[in-house]
Amino acid sequence: MSIIEITGLCKNYRVYQKKEGLWQSVRGLFRREYREVQAVRDVNLSVDAGEFVAFLGPNGAGKTTTLKLLSGVINPSSGSATVMGHVPWLRDNEYRRRFALVMGQKNQLWWDLPAQESFRLHQHIYGIDRVQFQRTQDELTELLDVKRLLNQPVRELSLGERMKMELTAALLHSPSVLFLDEPTIGLDVIAQHNIQQFLKFYQQERQITILLTSHYMKDILALCQRVVIIADGTIQYDGSLSGILDQFSTHKLVTLQLAEGESFAGLEQIAPVEKLQPPKVIFRVPRLDVPHVLSRTLNERQVVDVVVEDPPIEEIIAEVFSIASAKSADQAREAKTAGVGG
Amino acid sequence: MLKRMTTWWVFFRVSLEERMVYRGDFMIGVMMRFLPFATQVFMFWAIYDTLQNSAGTESRLTGEIGGYDFYNLIAYLLLVTVTRAFSSMPGLTGGIARSVREGEIKKYLIQPVDMIGLLLVQRIAHKLVYYVIAFLPFAFWFFLFRDCFTNGFPQLHVFGLYILSLVLSFLMGYFLEACMGLIAFWYLEVGSLTFIYMLFSFFLSGHMFPLDWLPSEPFNFQILVDILPFKFLAYFPAAVFLGKVSGAELYQGVAIELAWVLFFFALSRILWNRGVRRYSGFGG
Repeated sequence: MSIIEITGLCKNYRVYQKKEGLWQSVRGLFRREYREVQAVRDVNLSVDAGEFVAFLGPNGAGKTTTLKLLSGVINPSSGSATVMGHVPWLRDNEYRRRFALVMGQKNQLWWDLPAQESFRLHQHIYGIDRVQFQRTQDELTELLDVKRLLNQPVRELSLGERMKMELTAALLHSPSVLFLDEPTIGLDVIAQHNIQQFLKFYQQERQITILLTSHYMKDILALCQRVVIIADGTIQYDGSLSGILDQFSTHKLVTLQLAEGESFAGLEQIAPVEKLQPPKVIFRVPRLDVPHVLSRTLNERQVVDVVVEDPPIEEIIAEVFSIASAKSADQAREAKTAGVGG
Repeated sequence: MLKRMTTWWVFFRVSLEERMVYRGDFMIGVMMRFLPFATQVFMFWAIYDTLQNSAGTESRLTGEIGGYDFYNLIAYLLLVTVTRAFSSMPGLTGGIARSVREGEIKKYLIQPVDMIGLLLVQRIAHKLVYYVIAFLPFAFWFFLFRDCFTNGFPQLHVFGLYILSLVLSFLMGYFLEACMGLIAFWYLEVGSLTFIYMLFSFFLSGHMFPLDWLPSEPFNFQILVDILPFKFLAYFPAAVFLGKVSGAELYQGVAIELAWVLFFFALSRILWNRGVRRYSGFGG
């Protein structure tokens, strides 16, 4: 059963085009030129209860805007969405008691007070029963290993500790849906890992629905079964992480370790060489050509070791991004020429 | 309802604690509030003194300007300082505007809370801490200038209305400045608006001098003062205490003040509802 249902969701922003220079600024006082920015364009998505979905995309792709729409912070230009049967931007309290949004770059805790105080406040804001509250707080702070920091002012905590406190605050009312906007941004490797482990455990234990945006592939590899790639405000891909490879990866990386004394000359005639570091050579080979390249090399040289692998996922995703932005640039150009012609 | 009350109560306590974190800054803030008062005392002393000398009378400082002799004026200025302690809202407009511009406001949209209500509770907590700390310095000034209150202490029912008008001036100041802060939904920067507001309230609230002094020629400022809400931010409660308004006029004044409170309360709700619909979630 789907818990999040998005149909034809669009969000346009009107931004003031400020031109460079003082004179232009003065002109801007009287006449302003605005440009429509389509942050989200016709997004359709359906998420089942208990799914852990990652939103991937370059900066400004529309990931955060989508999360903001789903958490009711902003209203859409058109389209519809429901989360647990509620329309998010109506902001009814019943909905607001059942989800949480954590933003890596924003804090909801009281800066000058210990996290304990903020938690206590959340208990009342969300109407959490006292016993239940104590139990949840103990559980979360133990899992995240921040129990000893509860009475320290938030401003004195490290970024990683603060993020853990933010997560605790967001989960105190046991939300059924959790939106995470780059929860590991700026954290060191260990803190990132801790938070990943925690999210993984918590999600499996509680079977809650999580939508996550992140720039760290590691987060996504560790956590999400389903990946949605957004670029230029539209969904470019929706499926499993391994599916991205099948759909977009056109090449394989073939690493061959040559026997001692083998010549490295003329290898580039077999296939494009990605990297040469004797005694290894790495070819970048179109997928269909892999058997052919392998057999030819094995015939011509003495080979000690063979590895055939996919290029790193980051690389493929970067490719998907650039294809998407090239496509939209084309569309924009077409629209422009059509406009001139008409 | 009960739930909301307990939430507000907890929020109130948390706000109290928060206020007491930066003690030094807070104490200095409390003391600084008396600086304009002290300046005004010296300035008017010099003015009344000159007035006296040119009139050539013997006893000092008994000359009148617009119905106030020097002592009346000191009493007035002291009472205005009290009203200002209720009606001024340092940082409210700017704080709301900043949270709109920088995106802090999101937490009030995500959580099942009402921002204007919570900020009011927070402001009450901050004000209470302020009154506790400021009680002694206020007592000192009132004691020092006790002879200035030539009419003595007001009658009990007048004093009751005085307290009511103070509470209303607090509420009016709060909702008025909250409205200005909410304008940030349309114009991200409200600094100059705050400045214009301050300018108007300087002259038209009676903060610097009694409003009775405003000229009626060539333009009748009294009309302006009466149709605008500013006088309730400083002048009105002080005038009630000093017995400058009485009878039907007194009740009428309090009723008009209440109407202004309701007006700004309603306006703040409208601005909030329209504003969040327009909001585009800045700052990540």
